[in-house]
Amino acid sequence: MNSLILLIPISLAMGAIGVVVFLWTLRSDQYEDLSGDAERILYAEDRPIVPKDQNTARKHKETAR
Amino acid sequence: MTQLKIAERQIAMILSGLIVLVGLVMAAAGHGDPMGAHGWIVMLFAGVVFCIVMNVLEDPEPSEDRRTSYYDDPTKVGIVIALFWAVVGMGMGVWVASQLAWPDLRFDAAWSSFGRIRPVHTSGVIFGFGGNALIATSFHVMQRTSRARLAGQVSPWFVLLGFNLFCIVAASGYLMGVTQSKEYAEPEWYADIWLVIVWIVYFVLYIRTLARRNEPHIYVANWYYLAFILVMAILHIVNNLAIPASLTGAKSYSAFSGVQDAMIQWWYGHNAVAFFLTAGFLGMLYYFLPKRAERPIYSYRLSILSFWGIVFFYIWVGSHHLHYTALPQWVQTLGMTFSVMLLIPSWASAGNALMTLNGAWHKVRDDATLRFMMVAAVFYGLSTFEGSFMAVRAVNSLSHYTDWTVGHVHSGAMGWVAMITFGSIYALVPVLWRKKTMYSWKLVEWHFWLALSGTVIYVFAMWNSGITQGLMWRTYTESGTLAYSFTDTLVAMHPYYIARAFGGALFLAGAVLAAFNVIMTIRKVPDQASQRDYPTNSEAAEPAVPAGE
Repeated sequence: MNSLILLIPISLAMGAIGVVVFLWTLRSDQYEDLSGDAERILYAEDRPIVPKDQNTARKHKETAR
Repeated sequence: MTQLKIAERQIAMILSGLIVLVGLVMAAAGHGDPMGAHGWIVMLFAGVVFCIVMNVLEDPEPSEDRRTSYYDDPTKVGIVIALFWAVVGMGMGVWVASQLAWPDLRFDAAWSSFGRIRPVHTSGVIFGFGGNALIATSFHVMQRTSRARLAGQVSPWFVLLGFNLFCIVAASGYLMGVTQSKEYAEPEWYADIWLVIVWIVYFVLYIRTLARRNEPHIYVANWYYLAFILVMAILHIVNNLAIPASLTGAKSYSAFSGVQDAMIQWWYGHNAVAFFLTAGFLGMLYYFLPKRAERPIYSYRLSILSFWGIVFFYIWVGSHHLHYTALPQWVQTLGMTFSVMLLIPSWASAGNALMTLNGAWHKVRDDATLRFMMVAAVFYGLSTFEGSFMAVRAVNSLSHYTDWTVGHVHSGAMGWVAMITFGSIYALVPVLWRKKTMYSWKLVEWHFWLALSGTVIYVFAMWNSGITQGLMWRTYTESGTLAYSFTDTLVAMHPYYIARAFGGALFLAGAVLAAFNVIMTIRKVPDQASQRDYPTNSEAAEPAVPAGE
């Protein structure tokens, strides 16, 4: 079955990508505040958040950690 | 265009100029072959884009800081194009359906034969309507949920227009008889290569926009859209592996043959259903339904769980299209098992959507836009149940190759995909163009009932037709011969084919109303500057029931 020799590894590799991405979401705290995450999209203003200054924004992030 | 810097307009002009050259090469090399005709189409398409960009090349630079606003122009154009394709694709569908009931409607032309216009219908609605709607809404959703502007200014246009060039080359090719005979993957090698380029740019654009997000959490809709983009790329590449018969012609030969080819095709085919027609539109559902209902998703945790369920289960189900074939039994059983397992994440999503509306039924009653989304969730639940059921080998022995399959596909395509898309478009258009409301809420109401009755008539006609057909095929006489000839089944199906064409026509009429309503909203409804994406009070968006009615 040469098509299966191709398809099964590809499908497994795609699953592996899924697992890696899922582990990344766990490590980057994607699931810390699920109810807040679900609600924030409802109340967001219709414009992007602009970091006032790239450098201060970055510092902010670092101190927050 | 006004939001592009001069340097960006130059890039756009160079790109479209390059594509004109590609078209020229195709026209010259493929002279006398359909590929030559495609060369002219490519040249014309890119030439028009080139002229549009050249006209505004020297216009003043955008003055405002672009980071303070979302980039909505590609979304707006994408929505209008999607509605155009809806009317074209569904119109072709009604024609194809009518040909089955009244074969004379072919008018004796080669290009209008069933085998050529049927793919124009399927590609027109799936890729033209669905694809453009997915691209447009994904641009909207990725920006809103990331609280960041698109990561590119030219690339969204490249993705949108490039994808439409692919759709045009595909549709015009079918009429000329260009096909590689793979369902939902009919376009030939050069169109396939072009789509890969467009799709990679799309994926990179999405990832770059997410990377510059100002909101730490990636909203669940983005995961669905991302899965749609990434998986479609892989499926498309694998299924379209082919060797062109010559570089100056459209004809190519698949790298696989026989049952190998069938397995590759249905691995692609069913996962296109999974990741194009399901995951992408679930992304739409998970953003626009809560927005419109003004309620967060009932269980956000469940929405994430069902996402990962779909990702890990769906990829294995393709072989259920090949029950009772030369494919090994265990592969068929594998596909069947995963198909049944899929019911869990599918119903989790459908139930989650309906539970989100629980407590807001008065809004569903008053607001046809929200009702579109609710009905979409119901049909999603119904057709995923039906799909799991039909994948069981014993059921498949009755349903396969009959109109039941066609009914199943359309309960998903009309009831789920088109309904969620129209609901999202009605929710999105006033927001995008900063209008107070749609031009006519009554037309939305009319559209809803036309679409629902059209879908129900269509699906019931095909269930009846398919089961009748399946049972007639397996009826034996006492002496052990088949009781009915093929013509007998055709005669039995004729009334259902008329009903199907009628249901499709109702659905098409609804789509025409939608296109009219959206265009009138853009042109006639006064602008309104709103602070939020959506008014906080749904009555403010659309008067629910006018006084006196």
